[in-house]
Amino acid sequence: MEQTKEKLLEVRNLKKYFPVKGGILQRTIGHVKAVDDVSIDIYKGETLGIVGESGSGKSTLGRTILRLLDPTDGNVIFEGNDISSIRQGKMRQYRQDMQMVFQDPFASLNPRMSVGEIIEEPMLVQRTMGRKERKEKVVDLLRKVGLPPEAREKYPHEFSGGQRQRIGIARALSMNPKFVIGDEPVSALDVSVQSQVLNLMEDLQDEFDLTYLFIAHDLSVVKHISDRVGVMYLGRMAEIGPKERIYNNPLHPYTKALLSSVPVPDVKRRREKIKLKGELPSPSNPPTGCTFHTRCPEAHARCKTERPELVHQGDGQYVACHLYTGGA
Amino acid sequence: METQVNQKVDTSVPSAKEEVEKSLSPFQLAMRRFLRNKLAIVGLIVLSFFVLVAIFADLIAPHSPTAHNLYNIDAKASSEHWLGTDSSGRDNFSRLVHGARISLTIGFFAMFFTVALGVLLGSLAGYYGKWVDGLIMRATDLMMILPFLLLILTIVAILESVTITLFITIIALTAWPNLTRIIRATFLSLREKEYVLGARSIGASDFRIIFKHFLPNAVGPIIVNATLMMATMIILESALSFIGFGIPQPTPTWGNMITEANSLRILENHWETWVPPGIAILMTVLAINFIGDGLRDAFDPKSNQ
Repeated sequence: MEQTKEKLLEVRNLKKYFPVKGGILQRTIGHVKAVDDVSIDIYKGETLGIVGESGSGKSTLGRTILRLLDPTDGNVIFEGNDISSIRQGKMRQYRQDMQMVFQDPFASLNPRMSVGEIIEEPMLVQRTMGRKERKEKVVDLLRKVGLPPEAREKYPHEFSGGQRQRIGIARALSMNPKFVIGDEPVSALDVSVQSQVLNLMEDLQDEFDLTYLFIAHDLSVVKHISDRVGVMYLGRMAEIGPKERIYNNPLHPYTKALLSSVPVPDVKRRREKIKLKGELPSPSNPPTGCTFHTRCPEAHARCKTERPELVHQGDGQYVACHLYTGGA
Repeated sequence: METQVNQKVDTSVPSAKEEVEKSLSPFQLAMRRFLRNKLAIVGLIVLSFFVLVAIFADLIAPHSPTAHNLYNIDAKASSEHWLGTDSSGRDNFSRLVHGARISLTIGFFAMFFTVALGVLLGSLAGYYGKWVDGLIMRATDLMMILPFLLLILTIVAILESVTITLFITIIALTAWPNLTRIIRATFLSLREKEYVLGARSIGASDFRIIFKHFLPNAVGPIIVNATLMMATMIILESALSFIGFGIPQPTPTWGNMITEANSLRILENHWETWVPPGIAILMTVLAINFIGDGLRDAFDPKSNQ
């Protein structure tokens, strides 16, 4: 069904390696492979949720797509234009179409700027509107995210976490973007506020015709908002597919383990919990073959040597696991 | 002054109920905290006094600070010369008053240009990093290896005669490394903030990010260090003038006046020549340091006491 939809963004073999410096001469002695060969398509109007543990590279993926970090290799194609290697100056014109909502509402707003200035800044930078027009838009945006117009005179420290995140959303929307990346936009908020912000983001998606890339470490949050879900492990995509398939029929052992750890509000329904052994391995020295084999309950010999590729399993569900490509 | 301070405190309490009070920016909040600091207020009053003396020096001083009278040298205090005269017969009180002007001017402008240079280089180093940072940091290392005082002495010795402008330039060109490092460190910590990333994601220019996002958030350390630096500059001017490498005579500076005490005769018998400028320096520097401490507490309330 996705194939009929129009692609807004294509990520092709994207890699982002951070050099590890060491020794007295600060030479590069290795790389942290934060994003390692990730390819995803994002279709117009959908919400793609990305989940993974901390350190799985999901935030780096978002930042690299927006060119806040320069990719090591690979391409990002936005509406048919490759934006992964153009100069930052040229990138500026694409920035109004792609925005980001950040994780920490206490760090993502400049404490020395009033809320009005914060929301107005993108319009000021892109020079698309006159002064009066901008002021009107600020009030309009504040209303849309559920804040009173007086809020524009105030400073970020006068707001709660949830309100600040609304301000962050208003800023992201001030240039009418087509594509918004939410980098764990609700993970720093109280659970009661989380759902408010999520609902707001869903409402705004309909109103502004937005496409979301929604990054989270929490499967239940992603389930609420996503159309499709991608699971990342150590900088690679383990499984990606429609929400229903991922939640009802997970194929990758890692996805299964993640899902089994989500608490279910039903005491009678007892499920087998899959406990993963050990910690997330260091991305500077990832395991050979399938990076998950060190913790995988179903690992076999082939997993240690051969890296599995994402293979289509029907209905838009792709899995990178040898269990589904002929097994051991 | 006490009552005024208390009023400021009072207004902040009922505002919670009224909700109509105008929102205060973090800078205004810091200023409010500053005004509650009694020691800082004392410092502000003392400094204001000296600034006023400096501004109205021409009206206050009964004599010209440079007019000498060789028939009346080393005079004791009298109704004509309130603090006596120095070894060239110049009126000590007039020199003290005019000295405030020269010493504060040098202190202020030396501080101003040092801060300007430090902020510029520190911003570039902290913002751009990589080779820009490397270059600027090696330059600061180089400057810091050279003993500050000796460097100034050497430059002054080479130039032979020093004007006030030249003196300020020399100080600014030698004193910038410390502040550069502080600004750079502040920028490095700000660089990781998400709002800077946010500014970048909307396509803001480097110039805009530095001026709208970095500098306003670094204003605390800048102001605090600038204030304390001004005190250092005043002392530096006095010290250099005292050993004869500062502003040449007959220009009245506090340091130049203390130079008179080089001679044991004056040190022992003519205390009114050198004690008043000494007290003036002491009080000015103390006042500025109190203000600096107050500002630091105001901008960084967490570090309190």
